[in-house]
Amino acid sequence: MGLIAKLKDRVGDQHHRKVKIKKLLLGMNLTDGLLFKIAIYTLLISFAYVYLYPLLFMLVNSFKTVDDLIDPGVKWIPTTIEIENYNRAFKVLALPRSIFGTLGYVLKVAIASTVTAALVGYGFAKFEFPFKKTLFVLMLATFILPPQVTMVTNIEIFNALGKMVPFVWIGGFMSSQNAMFFPALFGQGLNQSIFILIFYQFFKTIPQVLMESAEIDGAGQFKIFTKIALPSAIPSIVIVFLFATVWYWNETFMTALYVGGNVTMPLRLVQFVSSYETLYPPGTLGSELNEAIRLAGNMVSILPLLLLYFVAQKQFTESIDRTGITGE
Amino acid sequence: MKKQNIAPKTLDKTPKVKRASRLTRRQREYLHGFAFIGLWLFGYLVFTFYPMLKSFYLTFTKSFYNINRGIYQVEFNVGQGNLFGFSNYINIVRSQTLLPLFSDYLARIIIAVPLIIVFSIMISMLINLPIKGKGLWRTIFFLPVIISSGPVISELSRQEATSLPSIQESAALQFIFTNLGEWIARPLEALFSSLLLILWYAGVPILIFLAGLQKIDSSVYEAASIDGASPWDRFWKITLPSIKPLISVAIIYVVVSMSLFVEEGGILAITRTHMLNGAPDSQVWLGYGYAATIAWIYFILMVLVMVVFIGLLSIKRKEVKRWG
Repeated sequence: MGLIAKLKDRVGDQHHRKVKIKKLLLGMNLTDGLLFKIAIYTLLISFAYVYLYPLLFMLVNSFKTVDDLIDPGVKWIPTTIEIENYNRAFKVLALPRSIFGTLGYVLKVAIASTVTAALVGYGFAKFEFPFKKTLFVLMLATFILPPQVTMVTNIEIFNALGKMVPFVWIGGFMSSQNAMFFPALFGQGLNQSIFILIFYQFFKTIPQVLMESAEIDGAGQFKIFTKIALPSAIPSIVIVFLFATVWYWNETFMTALYVGGNVTMPLRLVQFVSSYETLYPPGTLGSELNEAIRLAGNMVSILPLLLLYFVAQKQFTESIDRTGITGE
Repeated sequence: MKKQNIAPKTLDKTPKVKRASRLTRRQREYLHGFAFIGLWLFGYLVFTFYPMLKSFYLTFTKSFYNINRGIYQVEFNVGQGNLFGFSNYINIVRSQTLLPLFSDYLARIIIAVPLIIVFSIMISMLINLPIKGKGLWRTIFFLPVIISSGPVISELSRQEATSLPSIQESAALQFIFTNLGEWIARPLEALFSSLLLILWYAGVPILIFLAGLQKIDSSVYEAASIDGASPWDRFWKITLPSIKPLISVAIIYVVVSMSLFVEEGGILAITRTHMLNGAPDSQVWLGYGYAATIAWIYFILMVLVMVVFIGLLSIKRKEVKRWG
């Protein structure tokens, strides 16, 4: 009796242990087992590595000396950390002066872009008027229109506008920051149709009753917009402003064409080689431009954006939900 | 005291209201609507609509720019008086430098877009699983959207940091490249040598799909698994159909952002060179009309690619219905 009971117990124990281990490894329904989790994290980590590889490459190589760059044995950990690369990159990019220039320009354009996007998004969301649907579709269609299609004639228009009165006073139009600022102010800035869409989707969610009660109390439409709509739209404003900042910072093609070569840090980066050679004439000791210095220049030009992203990454990643494109 | 101050003010306002009320309520709404979108409407007409029409007109002319005369037309062939014609289009079709660039562009987009979409669906499904640090993963996969600017990307590809070394050295791939026709091997090789950058375009699609996945009710999955559906079935029968509309959105986004990226020596850069360097006596750089033609053909190809991809998606949807 006792023996059989003991045996039964042992078998039961073993069975229990087996079930436990199986449960731990494979889980109840495939997705909560240990094995599955290990697989998932391995996949994610390796994808993240592949994804961040160019960035890591840039970061590590920007600290390398020339010897480390050539040495195939040095891949991820430089033998010495060469700060001199960054010193030179700072000088070539004309830091810290250029960062204020860049910021001044980018903030100006981004604010104009945000303000207009808010106004227009509100207009589309809250009012009914003839041709609204057509205009809205046209507005969205500008997203897929390459700026190169209009650039051939925009130069002519900008030059013509530059001779007109208000622009003569404020420094012309073409080859000045006005050439990016005014299109943004009039809703034709970089990716501005997305910004308008973000505001449109947000203002749609504010109940109409709120506006109507304010109207009955005697508020004008513009007052309703500034006093009721805008304060509730602060999350959208932040998102739009952040994206406008980042996109205008990164834009080099149209900016170089319309404004000129030295406005932003990424534009200075385009002429990195020639600026470097004027600062460190070839032939002098230790003047060779190497890959590490170029990468240090790249790192410096994206560093402000990286900082901005790590401060406000939540706003950036939530932007997709805010556009509402996922809800349709 | 204060109340007395308010009272006359409201009295002042009453005539204003009366004046406004001459319009009907609906008319006033029209007015307000146009007032709010006025800035955009004006800008659209001046900075987008008119330039589009004008540049489309320019595609049929040989045009140059002069700071005093503006854009002016010259005859396609001197002395024949033909100011208007299709020569720009014909020249592009004949061009030895542009035509390969256009076909490379098409091949690259056609291969890369499905790759990016599949990759981003995979990543978004991985992140959507019950794992720790969702925010961290989202942050990592969205990072390239923030930092990818023209100069940075061209520097990275110059230093060959855009592809994992193991991919480029893979014997299987080398075998494929050497044995395929040049028209497909060249874009394929270009694709693999910048594979990581192409995956960088997946940042926004990943978030789009992630938001879509989070909207699927978990009870649907539970019901399906009670009925005995395997995870494989659940993906094809529940997950994919419910994120299908988002695939079109993601395709539009990817095609646009890939097409609008300006490579050195790419089609868009050549457009600018033609425009800025063009002079009536130049045989190499053909001026504004030619630049406008390149840009328009590029734009039309881009829209065609989008239409084809979205069309393919909708064909599939019908087939699924028939089987169901």
